[in-house]
Amino acid sequence: MSNTVFLPPRHYLNEEYGIASWLLTRDHKRIGLLYLAAVTFFFFIGGAFAVLIRLELATPVGDLVSDETYNKLFTMHGVTMVFFFLIPAIPSVLGNFLIPIMIGARDLAFPKLNLASWYIYMIGGLFTTYAIVTGGLDTGWTFYTPYSTASSTSNVISAALGIFITGFSSILTGLNFIVTIHRMRAPGMTWFRLPLFIWSHYATSLIMVLGTPVIAITLLLVATERVFRFGFFDPALGGDPVLFQHLFWFYSHPAVYIMILPSMGVVSELVAAFCRKPVFGYGFVAFASLGIAVLGFLVWGHHMFVAGQSVYAALIFSILSFLVAIPSAVKVFNWTATMYKGSIAWETPMLYAIGFIGLFTIGGLTGLFLASVGLDVHVTDTYFIIAHFHYIMVGGTIMGYLGGLHYWWPKISGRLYNEWLAKFSALVIFLGFNLTFFPQFILGYLGMPRRYHAYPPEFQVLNVLSSAGASILGVGYLIPMAYLMWSLRYGRVAGSNPWGAVGLEWTTTSPPPMDNFAVTPEVTWDAYDYQSAAAARQSTQSG
Amino acid sequence: MTETAHSALAHQFDSLGQQTDAGSLGMWVFLATEVLFFGGLFTTYTVYRVFYSAGFSAASHELDIVLGTINTAVLITSSLTMALAVHAAQLGRRRHLLTLLVLTMALGTVFLGIKGLEYSHKFAEHHVPGPTFQFEKEYFRHAQIFFSLYFIMTGLHAIHMIIGIGVLLVMWVLAWRGKFTAEYFAPIEISGLYWHFVDIVWIFLFPLLYLIGRHA
Repeated sequence: MSNTVFLPPRHYLNEEYGIASWLLTRDHKRIGLLYLAAVTFFFFIGGAFAVLIRLELATPVGDLVSDETYNKLFTMHGVTMVFFFLIPAIPSVLGNFLIPIMIGARDLAFPKLNLASWYIYMIGGLFTTYAIVTGGLDTGWTFYTPYSTASSTSNVISAALGIFITGFSSILTGLNFIVTIHRMRAPGMTWFRLPLFIWSHYATSLIMVLGTPVIAITLLLVATERVFRFGFFDPALGGDPVLFQHLFWFYSHPAVYIMILPSMGVVSELVAAFCRKPVFGYGFVAFASLGIAVLGFLVWGHHMFVAGQSVYAALIFSILSFLVAIPSAVKVFNWTATMYKGSIAWETPMLYAIGFIGLFTIGGLTGLFLASVGLDVHVTDTYFIIAHFHYIMVGGTIMGYLGGLHYWWPKISGRLYNEWLAKFSALVIFLGFNLTFFPQFILGYLGMPRRYHAYPPEFQVLNVLSSAGASILGVGYLIPMAYLMWSLRYGRVAGSNPWGAVGLEWTTTSPPPMDNFAVTPEVTWDAYDYQSAAAARQSTQSG
Repeated sequence: MTETAHSALAHQFDSLGQQTDAGSLGMWVFLATEVLFFGGLFTTYTVYRVFYSAGFSAASHELDIVLGTINTAVLITSSLTMALAVHAAQLGRRRHLLTLLVLTMALGTVFLGIKGLEYSHKFAEHHVPGPTFQFEKEYFRHAQIFFSLYFIMTGLHAIHMIIGIGVLLVMWVLAWRGKFTAEYFAPIEISGLYWHFVDIVWIFLFPLLYLIGRHA
C-alpha cells in the first residue's frame, strides 16, 4: 500500500453543496448521514434522561425528583432510546450507507421512498418531542393499559402517534432493503456470496415489515380508546388489558431482534476483517439470522408469565424462548471459531466486536434465566430484567453500532480518527458499561423492583456503583463524538481500503462517488475471501 | 448494458425489467405489512367475538345488510374493471385504459358514498361509540366494543379506498399524457395490486361484521 493517499476529487460529499442538496437528496449515503445526525440527537436526549435517573438513584430516598417526575424520566428514556435510537440506528445509518455498496448497486431500489422514510421518522420524532416538552409521558415505554388509556394524565396521545408515525419509517426502510437485496445485486453477487451484514439486515427487514404494523395498529387503538372511551383494553368498559399486552409484545419482542440482528451483522464483518479469515460456518451464521427472525415472532409470551396467561401458554412460550438461544449461540461460537488461529489485529473496531461478543453472551445467558418460568416469576419487574436487556441493547446493539461506525468511518468520511483515543474510549465504554449494569443483576436478584425512585438503604452501595459506572459510560460516549467530528476536518486521509479488508465497499474510493462505483462490479469471489486477497497482495509486492 | 434507455428508467436500475420487478416486489412486501396491520384488528375482533358473541350478534343485526351487500357487489365489480384496466394497459389500448380507470374510480366512489350513508344512519340511531351511544341494556358494553371495531375497521378500509382512488387518479393523468405503452405499464399493474388488496380486506370485513348469526 502506498504511503501517500489522496481524497478522490469528486465524491458524494462534495458533489453538491447547500442545505437543499442534503434535505432533498435521494442518495442513500447522504440519507444515511441524515439519519446519523437524527439518531445521535435522540441518543443524547435519551441519555440525558438516563443521567437524571442514575442521579436520583444515587441515594435511597427520593430527593432529586418527585415520584411522578421519575415515572416520566424512565418512560421518556425508554421511548426515546427504543423507538428513536436503538431500532433505527444501525439499519438506517450503516445499513442505508452500506447495503447498496456491499451488493454492488448504485442506490437502494426506491431512493425517494428512502428519503420519505427519513422525513416520516423526523415527523414522528417531532410528535414525541412535543409530548416530552409539554409535560412528558409516564406510562412506561410499554404503554400498558388501562393506565395509559384511562388513568394517566400525561401526553399519551401525541407520544403514541409519534411512535405510530415513526413505525412507518421503519416499515418503509425494511421494504426498501428487502427489495434492494432481492433485485439490485451486482452480476455474480449470489445469495451465498453476500456479506453476513446483508443477511442480518435482510432478517431485520422481515421483522420490520411484519412486526411494526401490529404495534402501529395497537397504539392507534390506545390513542382512540383514550379519546373516545372505546373499551378495547379498559376492563371497566368490558375490554381486556391482557389483549393489549399480547399485541404490544407481538411487535416489541421481535423489536429486540430488530436491534440486535444488525449489530450481529456488523460483528461478523469486523471479526472477519480483523482476523483476516472468512467467517467460520458462513451458511450457519446466515441462516441463524433468519432463524432468530422467525423464532423471535413466537416468544412474546415470556413477557407475560405473571400477566395471567394460561399455564400451558407459559410453558410453550418458555420452550420456544429457549430455542432462540440456539441460533444466537451458533453465532457466538462461529465468531470465536473465526478468531481461533486468526491473526487478530487489535484495532478499535475489533475491540468493540470482542466487547460485543462478551456482553451479548452475558445478556443472552441471563435471557435463559428469564425464559424459565419459575425463575422469571422471582425476578419479574426487578433490576435483573433491566440489567439483562441493557446487556443486549447497550452491550450488544450500541457496541456493534460503535464498532461499525469506527470500521466504516474512513469509508463514510474519507478520513481516519485518532486510533489511540478511539481505543481508550472503547475501553472506557466497556468498563463503564459493566460497572453500570452488572450491579443491577445483583440488585434485581436481591429483589430491588424497577421503576421506583426510592429504595431500601441496604441497596445503596450497589446503586452508587451503578451510578458511578453510568458517569464513566457517559464520558465514554462523548469522547468518540468529539474525535469523530475532529477527524472530519483534520483526520489523516484514509484511502480506499485502510484496513486491508475485502468486500465491495473497500474497492471503491473513500468517500465513494455519487453512484458508488465507476463501473458496476462483477463478483467472482465468495465473501471474506482473505486467502486470495493475501495471495494477490503478495504477488503485487513481489512483482 | 441497457438495451434501450427508456425515459421511465430510473438511474439505479439497469433495465426496465429490473425496475418493474422491483416495483411489484415492493408492493407485495407492502401488502404483507398491510395484512399484519389489519391482522391486529382482526385479532382484536376475534377475541371479543369469542368473549361476547351474543352481544356481537345483537349489534351485528343493527347493520344494514342490504347496503352492505350492494357495496360488496360494487367493490367486486370495481376489481373486475381494475383487472380489465391492467389488461388494456398490457395491450397498449390507451382509450380503454382511461375508460376503465374512470369506471374503477367511480365504483370506488359509489362504495364510499354508500358507506357514508350507512355511517349517517348509525349517527342517527346513536350507534356511534361515545357518550351518546345507546343500546339495549343487556349488551350495552359489548355492542359498544362491536361498533368501535366496526368504525375503526371500516374507517381504515375507507381511508385505504380514498388513497386507492387518489393513486388511480394519478395513473389516469399519466395514462392521459401517454406515459404508458405496451412495454411499460408497471405502475398500472402495481396500483392494481393495491386496489385488489383493499377489496379483499372488505371481503373479510363484510361477513365478520354484517353476517354474524344471520342464519339463525
